[in-house]
Amino acid sequence: MKPVTKVSERAVAIDQINVNTDQIFPARFLKNPRSVGYEQFLFHDLRYDESGAKREQFPLNKEAYSDAAIIVSDQNFGCGSSREGAVYALVDAGFRCLIAPSFGDIFAANCVKNGLLTVVLPADVCAELRQQITDSNGAPISVDLPAQTVEAPSGEKHHFDIDPFAKECLTKGLDEIGLTLTHADKIDGFEENWRAKTPWLEANV
Amino acid sequence: MTRQQTLFDKIWESHTILEQPDGDTLLYVDRLLTQENSFHAFDNLRRDGHKVRNPGQVFNFSDHYVATRQDGAKPDPAIAKMVEIIRADAEQYGTRLFGPDDPDRGILHVVGPEQGITQPGLIIAGADSHTSTHGALGAFGFGVGSSETAHIMATQSIWRKRPKTMRITIDGKLGYGVSAKDIILAIIGKIGAGGAVGHVIEYAGSTIADMTVEQRMTVCNMSIEAGARAGLVSPDAKTIDYVKGRPYAPSAESLDKAVAFWLALATDDGATFDRDITLDAASVVPMASWGNSPEDVSPIDGTVPDPASETSDFRRKKMERALDYMGLKAGMKLTDIPIDQVFIGSCTNGRIEDLRAAADVVRGRTIKIPGMVVPGSRNVKRQAEAEGLDQVFIQAGLEWHDAGCSMCVAINGDNVAKGKRCASTSNRNFEGRQGRGSRTHLVSPMMAAAAAITGHLTDVRELGEEGRS
Repeated sequence: MKPVTKVSERAVAIDQINVNTDQIFPARFLKNPRSVGYEQFLFHDLRYDESGAKREQFPLNKEAYSDAAIIVSDQNFGCGSSREGAVYALVDAGFRCLIAPSFGDIFAANCVKNGLLTVVLPADVCAELRQQITDSNGAPISVDLPAQTVEAPSGEKHHFDIDPFAKECLTKGLDEIGLTLTHADKIDGFEENWRAKTPWLEANV
Repeated sequence: MTRQQTLFDKIWESHTILEQPDGDTLLYVDRLLTQENSFHAFDNLRRDGHKVRNPGQVFNFSDHYVATRQDGAKPDPAIAKMVEIIRADAEQYGTRLFGPDDPDRGILHVVGPEQGITQPGLIIAGADSHTSTHGALGAFGFGVGSSETAHIMATQSIWRKRPKTMRITIDGKLGYGVSAKDIILAIIGKIGAGGAVGHVIEYAGSTIADMTVEQRMTVCNMSIEAGARAGLVSPDAKTIDYVKGRPYAPSAESLDKAVAFWLALATDDGATFDRDITLDAASVVPMASWGNSPEDVSPIDGTVPDPASETSDFRRKKMERALDYMGLKAGMKLTDIPIDQVFIGSCTNGRIEDLRAAADVVRGRTIKIPGMVVPGSRNVKRQAEAEGLDQVFIQAGLEWHDAGCSMCVAINGDNVAKGKRCASTSNRNFEGRQGRGSRTHLVSPMMAAAAAITGHLTDVRELGEEGRS
């Protein structure tokens, strides 16, 4: 996993609430292995019409945002299915950071595991950022994870909160399984006690 | 005096392996449920050389891609391959598979409770967002992505920050034709698709107490559609009766010990929640969705809302977009919406009680539009056949399928064609959810059955005895 520290990149606004993982990654593409490159499926049905032609009005199809690495959207981004393919598609398409007032819980957890930073900012700040991006045709936004700040195209800085563990994993690009296994003795101890307390649980498995 | 605790507090605290100073908690996971899309998780294990720590605590299901048609038609090779991949993965790691030929197979959220894999007080993680279903039995069930699936397989644990708690108290008697599905749709309509983000919901009140365990599963199933991390119901005598005697449930001498443990899990009187919401069950009527989010629902006796009456610009645009996609006009009566086909099934409404409710509506009648009935598991299928429900559906003109997710997630080959409108007992009405360009109206099993009879969205309470032979 690629570490994330500072991301200073062009941004694109997706002006919708409740953007769901079916939209980010339509289910029918799930049977593909990651090796095919998931960027081709990102927002597929919003980006392309039935004939495969690009829908020009969709922001990701506009020239100004072709190299965007940050998305600013509205509340509940990534709601719906637990499919991690939605995150793979964003990562494979070069996105490093998502900014919204709130995220779907499972989606946000999936993002951390794949080096994609999710930044929660108030709804009015997100609306202002989207406006600035649209007005400037994709002005860059600077996200500083160690400092926990977002610098808007206007130059205004906004602080964001982030879970310290997620911050550590993201900034170091850590393998979480390896990290957890350093606590193997505690897991073993817990399991022994838990099994003694609930002996009926393991009888049939 | 000890602090009064919620069911959630008790499960959280009893599963805490360690807690970091900043609140990150390593939780023990009792059961992991996977499905065909979990192949990325198995690939991660192989890539990094990790073992499955406790294979006996991992259960794999072919449900999303498995064929449900019984006409002998061969599935698309790419779809068949997905069913094969999970078989090979399950076998390599020595974990239990409910595979295509298993007499007990079905949707992970139907089979888990049915087999007694789901028990009160457990932490159950599933590679599917509707793992919230298992909360109906007093377990903390939540969905995870592929990376966390791999993490749980390798470590039997997961990192979480403690969520907030929300209690939704529902009191009163359900009216005729009103079901658990209508209750949860009404709740999501009220609090919004993001209304419970960051929270675990506990459902309480006399309506929930009166519900069967299967009805509670329908309510908990759709908690995720309100943005919640999980849904829960405190274990009671009904929960115990439901779990007892199932294949993975404790028996004989260990049962008494388990029952005492389960009953002690219920939320203590006086325990407090971060948020409290109430709903009067008597005010709820059969519901139907008109838009592309489960929050876009209205009572069936209502009309398609008018974006012009929406004061927020943003919400107006969202509503306009939904009406455009759904091909609907503001102000039209919901009961005037024509339907092309129906789907009865899914982890929301594919249980035996759902099929009985739908069969009661179609019995002795003939459908006007095509539809399929897909049991949630093969046990449900066998039970339905023993009760003659399959014949009720077939005689009315509906297709009777084998078990699976089928047309809810629409990746096994069963889907809704572009522009077609489906009255569906499933959980998501997103754009393209049931097939590219498909239009989904979320309804209860009785309401889907009523739509099949009339060919349009119909208030099942007004169907009367008309058309019965």
